Amino acid sequence: MLLPHFAVRKLASTPASALGGTIVLMFLLLALFGPLIAPYGLNEQLYDEARQPPSAAHWFGTDHLGRDVFSRVVLGTRDVLALAGLGTLLAVLSGASLGLLSGYLGGWFDEILMRFFDSLLALPAMLLALLLLGTLGPSASSILLVIAVVYTPIVARVARSVVLAVKSKAYVEAARIQGESLARILFREILPAVLPALAVEASLRFSYAIFLVASLGFLGVGVQPPSPNWGLMVSEARQHVSQLPWMMVYPAGAIALLVIGVNLLADGLKRVIMGNDYL
Amino acid sequence: MSELPVLRIEGLTVAYRSSKGWLEATRQVSLEVGAGETVGLVGESGSGKSTLALAVMGYLPNGRIQSGRIRFRGQDLLALRREEMRQLWGRQIGLVPQDPLSALNPSLRIGEQLGEGLRLHLGLNKADAAARALRLLEMVHVPDPPRVATSYPHQLSGGMQQRVMIAMAFGLEPALLILDEPTTNLDVTTQAAVLALLEELIAQRQTAVLYVTHNLGVVARICNRVAVLYAGELLETAFTTDLYRQPLHPYTRGLLDSVPQVGQRHASAPLQTIPGQIPSLGNRPDGCVFVPRCALATEKCHTERPLLHTPTPTRTSRCHFWQELVASKEWGGTSEAPVVNGQFPISNPQAPISNSSSPLLRLTDVSVTFRKRGWRKGVRAVHEVSLTTARGETLGLVGESGSGKTTLARAIIGLTPRSSGEIELLQLRLPPALSARSRAMRRYVQYVFQNPEEALNPAITIGETLQRPFVTLQGLSRQEAQAAALSLLQAVRLPPEYAQRLPGQLSGGEKQRVAIARAFATNPDLLIADEAVSALDVSVQAAILNLLYELQREHENALLFISHDLAVVGYLADRIAVMVDGQLMEIAPAETLFTPPHHPYTAVLLSAIPNPNPQAQQAPISLADEVGRGASTAIGCPFQGRCPRSLGVLCQTQRPPWRELPGNKRVFCHLPVEEL
Repeated sequence: MLLPHFAVRKLASTPASALGGTIVLMFLLLALFGPLIAPYGLNEQLYDEARQPPSAAHWFGTDHLGRDVFSRVVLGTRDVLALAGLGTLLAVLSGASLGLLSGYLGGWFDEILMRFFDSLLALPAMLLALLLLGTLGPSASSILLVIAVVYTPIVARVARSVVLAVKSKAYVEAARIQGESLARILFREILPAVLPALAVEASLRFSYAIFLVASLGFLGVGVQPPSPNWGLMVSEARQHVSQLPWMMVYPAGAIALLVIGVNLLADGLKRVIMGNDYL
Repeated sequence: MSELPVLRIEGLTVAYRSSKGWLEATRQVSLEVGAGETVGLVGESGSGKSTLALAVMGYLPNGRIQSGRIRFRGQDLLALRREEMRQLWGRQIGLVPQDPLSALNPSLRIGEQLGEGLRLHLGLNKADAAARALRLLEMVHVPDPPRVATSYPHQLSGGMQQRVMIAMAFGLEPALLILDEPTTNLDVTTQAAVLALLEELIAQRQTAVLYVTHNLGVVARICNRVAVLYAGELLETAFTTDLYRQPLHPYTRGLLDSVPQVGQRHASAPLQTIPGQIPSLGNRPDGCVFVPRCALATEKCHTERPLLHTPTPTRTSRCHFWQELVASKEWGGTSEAPVVNGQFPISNPQAPISNSSSPLLRLTDVSVTFRKRGWRKGVRAVHEVSLTTARGETLGLVGESGSGKTTLARAIIGLTPRSSGEIELLQLRLPPALSARSRAMRRYVQYVFQNPEEALNPAITIGETLQRPFVTLQGLSRQEAQAAALSLLQAVRLPPEYAQRLPGQLSGGEKQRVAIARAFATNPDLLIADEAVSALDVSVQAAILNLLYELQREHENALLFISHDLAVVGYLADRIAVMVDGQLMEIAPAETLFTPPHHPYTAVLLSAIPNPNPQAQQAPISLADEVGRGASTAIGCPFQGRCPRSLGVLCQTQRPPWRELPGNKRVFCHLPVEEL
């Protein structure tokens, strides 16, 4: 586990982090048990109950096609969390590996890789994402790839900066003297020192990834209808916003709530792991 | 009224907050410092000596004073409000900290910093303060005061920075001065100069001084009285001469025994060690705090906390058995140890000094140059060093910081590739870079690092750390490696349970034992120990030195032992090489190095070491100029800029010859043999 018990207790004792943790936990439960919680199916159309405002029967109201908004928001959780989570995981794996290698080897390899990452970072994330999706075509796997490509340079830089501080420590030099392999030095000797910073960065990236997934859905280049992607739902609601505002308010609120929750949790993690003076 | 001591600490207990409640860092410590008196506060890390010093300064951000009083000229400091305390700081009570660079403001010129305090406390105007600052710099013998006054702190050497701090502290002529390890980070030669300066100023001004240090040599040199602190308790106080002649507490006795004197050899006078380690604040033993480590402990010591006895009106001892210590004849203090006053028994002549067979390690003209970006010439850290070592021999390498001794060691192991020259081990040429060396070559040479805190990976258990060399370099299976790791633990006298522990659960000395065990895993022909004991407390240092000696006897490996501490090197080494600015100055057998004739630099080094024996102090030879450091050139002698016996143009322009001296010494000097 990345976090020892004391860290969890410390997180829980800060109100903001506890709130963030609760929000994230709630969405995780929704993602896991969504089909049990949602009263209606994803694309189940209730023809005589279309365009209903929120009520006891339909908590978040129904949309122009008679679909239950609450059910769609609940069922959409899985979509957002899975895409953002897997994408972040990919970015962290590739970013950490490249960062470790680049920082440890140094020299030309480091120089070339870092300049390449610099040039990627010079482009706005959204532009890069649109460019890639335009080439790859919209699909779940291309969204994963986009998140990985956009965030790998950032994660790699964080990992690299820690490696630079650790690689001249005596225990790494001792491992070199003992003839340890490159892989062992990187992943057994150096990686443990990088993990705390990586955990903080991963949680931050996750919150950005949620936003990115929703934004791509909104722009229509991500997951395609009738998928319950929150961004897509907001986009669909645009034409009806004057008559059916709940169609937009609830999915947009879900995005905001989840991103805030993840951010609060990330801030707490940072405090616990890096100490108060970091921030 | 003038009889009142300047500082009087009465039964002071300071506690720090921890997760387990308040932990007492000092317990009922009482101490007095009179005008013109220098009291040494001696203790190892964790003894509470810094806490005590900070408490006097009224600066305990995380701690609180639970009981006791601190009186300054009769006035209760603890009752003062912060505003009143501020009037005393600097003006009445001065402080010289350990690390001058972090105490000086990096963005203010030296002159302005000195003047700031003068203006604030004495109400001087800018011009007067500046003039006074210059006079203060003259007072601390800074070369070229106007230039120093317009310099920024980072432009000065460590010794110069400390002189500036001293000027600042004495500038307001405080009645009480607290010196917190002021010379610990300095080289011996610089330390000697700073100590001489302190002595002079203290004598002139009749300042009361509380001198906090762990170095018993420095205490003997500068203090009138000594207070020995251990685990927060005062164990003994005495006049310096009395304490060194006959300590009346087993801990003091152990401390004095565990520091090698200059010229003391393991072969003739092995160090006595204190077993165990200082207890943490949370689990101090009941009864006497020293009881787990004391050879004299009885039932009474375990249950009953000893009182602070007063054997004579001028000294105290917190030991139940101080009377037995007074009576015991077999131990009379270090002044009667076998090696003192320049007489060194020349022991076992059959020791392998240089045997006729081919040497184990041969360095030929090894140079290391660091190339930096934007530097056309690069920095030459090691310059044309040639050396040999035989099997079973211990070669000591001595030099001040920046002399290139660590770089030379790293070039031998391959961590820092050499730029030119040859390194042969067992007549096998070692490639410059570690990555180019075969497994066998890596097995032959092993390394023990300076800082035990960084030598072991905090995320890997001791057991795994010790297994790795067997797996990677010897090709043993996991099971075999496990068994081998356990026997290694035993070899360095650690219990087998330690295999499951992480480095964070070990003390510094234990970590260094593990690091030594790892180095011996491959049964190396050459072991390099780079300042392997300098980060350890004195009582632990002796045990590690003896361990290195015993392991070397067992394995018959050659040992390259590097240290800035000539006494420590002399204790272990068969031969000693002295380095200055990347070049060798002298190579001599350890038996003869400490007796004249010397290379001028060796003479300076020897005179600079504060001897832990108040009777055997000698006046240090002062160096010509501290500014000449690091400006060495390929032509001429690297030491000529600072050499007290420089011949001028000859030394500046021509490389000295290697001269043979009686006693198998070789020195690199222009001075003819008869004049050395």
